[in-house]
Amino acid sequence: MEKLYKILKYTFITLWTVFIVAPFLWAVSTSFKDFQSVNSKVTYIPWLDFEPTLEGWRVLVKSPARGGVDIVEPYFNSIFVTCTASLISIVLGTLAAYALSRFTFKAGFVRNNDITFFFISQRIMPPIVLSIPFFIFLSTIGLLDSLLGLVVVYIVLLMPIAVWIMVDFFNRVPKELDETALIDGCNPYQAFYKVVLPNSIPGLIVAGMFCIIFGWIDFFFAFILTFTEVQLLPVKVVALNSSITPWWSLSASALISVAPLIIVAFVVERYLSKGNLSGALK
Amino acid sequence: MNLIGENLTYKPDKQFHLNNVSFEFKKGNLYTILGRTLSGKTTFLKTIAGLLNPDRGNISFEGKDFSKIPVWERNVAMVYQQFINYPHLNVYENIIFPLKQRKLSGDKIKTDVDEALKTVGLSGFENRKIQELSGGQQQRVALARSLAKKAKILLLDEPLVNLDYKLREQLREEFKRIFSKGLSAEAILIYSTTDPQEVMELNGEVIVLDEGKVLQKGPAKEIFENPINLKVAEISNDPPMNILKGTKSSDKLNFENISINIPTHFKNLEDQDYNFGIRASEIKLSNNGEEFEIELAEISGSETLLHLKKGDSKVIALIEEVMNFKIHEKVKIKFNENKFYAFNKEEELISSPYGVYNG
Repeated sequence: MEKLYKILKYTFITLWTVFIVAPFLWAVSTSFKDFQSVNSKVTYIPWLDFEPTLEGWRVLVKSPARGGVDIVEPYFNSIFVTCTASLISIVLGTLAAYALSRFTFKAGFVRNNDITFFFISQRIMPPIVLSIPFFIFLSTIGLLDSLLGLVVVYIVLLMPIAVWIMVDFFNRVPKELDETALIDGCNPYQAFYKVVLPNSIPGLIVAGMFCIIFGWIDFFFAFILTFTEVQLLPVKVVALNSSITPWWSLSASALISVAPLIIVAFVVERYLSKGNLSGALK
Repeated sequence: MNLIGENLTYKPDKQFHLNNVSFEFKKGNLYTILGRTLSGKTTFLKTIAGLLNPDRGNISFEGKDFSKIPVWERNVAMVYQQFINYPHLNVYENIIFPLKQRKLSGDKIKTDVDEALKTVGLSGFENRKIQELSGGQQQRVALARSLAKKAKILLLDEPLVNLDYKLREQLREEFKRIFSKGLSAEAILIYSTTDPQEVMELNGEVIVLDEGKVLQKGPAKEIFENPINLKVAEISNDPPMNILKGTKSSDKLNFENISINIPTHFKNLEDQDYNFGIRASEIKLSNNGEEFEIELAEISGSETLLHLKKGDSKVIALIEEVMNFKIHEKVKIKFNENKFYAFNKEEELISSPYGVYNG
């Protein structure tokens, strides 16, 4: 029985790994192929099956004037917008979450839980609902097709995630920890940044990771709210696909698009296994 | 110049957490708050610390209105029942935290920290992380932090309740030692607990609290000898005092199925119905006693608790040795009639074996 379980377990893990890794292998090998190797027949092994070339990668950094597609600028645009919006969302979201976790708000029938839900509800409606209001809003304040405009919109999208994760995190930090800080001579602000915040790093990292992922992968708003001045990476990658699909450069750009997320995932995983709050709890 | 509370009332929901509580605490003394869970002990301590604002009432310290001083300027220290330390700091940094917060510096505070660590028996643990310590050690760190601070008011909220039995015994002994020598004449120590034994051992002034109300105040011995009503008798004894409804006649106490010779201190009582109280430890196994049936026998430490039944009369007896009994076994027990209390229908103490109330 136990043996059967073991066999089933490893079979499943193997299948799942193949399922996850296969597209990556496909993308890696395709990114080193040229038109001929992609379109003639199915090939797998470089040098044996096909002659590897760096053309697919070179196109990405060449300027359009010299026949390239230049994804360097969109790449840095994406990094800037994602990081700025994530950072602001984390700072504001953490403050909001702390307030929602520790203080009682009353306004008519509205209580803390309602306010928390109000934040999360921003993520409940489909993005298309928000597209027209955002478009009109940005065009009114003159931020359409600009990095700053995208940062503003992304903060609206990312802050609910930060608030949601951090409220949950702070609710699990015992209130007595703050109270002890107050008793030991901290005013409420000092209690927050000297005691609560240093013990919230695991939560901040998780929230930051989610903000970065959701900011980085957004295609919809980047597509709708920009035209010619500013382009973000996802839009640029999709735009590569014209009348002839350049599978080689498409694969290469897809790989460098997911690279930051893979790095983030590894760093976070390593950090999270280290950090814990057990000392504050029973 | 004392800590004075007047008519403190706090009722955040349907129940009173504090109900018209007044007190006067003098410096250099130890006060214990005895009450069951949810009796308002923590609220009481938090009100003194300034973490809660009572709905009504005044609180003053050294002649100043305490309610106008925020928590962080009150110079109190508090140890919680949960082991609360700063997990991101090591033991030494934890203890020095409140001193640094008060902008103290120099060699003086280092010696203060060392002294506090020595008092709680954690010298050499300075660089340990909090997470590496056991529960008992974590609670010692919390206590050391409170001691090093040299606060004028030291609050301990059931500090031993989350420890296992053996550690609790051990720390309780140490607390007695620490309080007797480490407490300056300038400080007020307030200790809350659910455990009557702790109250008796610490031997301070006791406040018995129930549903936010002060039931009785006085020295530990006084509470033990003369609990002013049934509630106090119940709260201040573990196991709770046995209460038997019965009638006094000229020479007998008559309970359902049992009758006992009248104790001398009941001589002057009127012949009528009473609630008679007897501690579990005043019931002994005896061959010429009343026959009871065992409902449950628990062994706790070196004692055996017997839950006994005869008809509708139920009592708990505390036998001071470890004995094995079978459930439904019949045993004979004898009440020590000289230790009977009498409470009237209003549940107030009428007569106690210790003399003060005597009919």
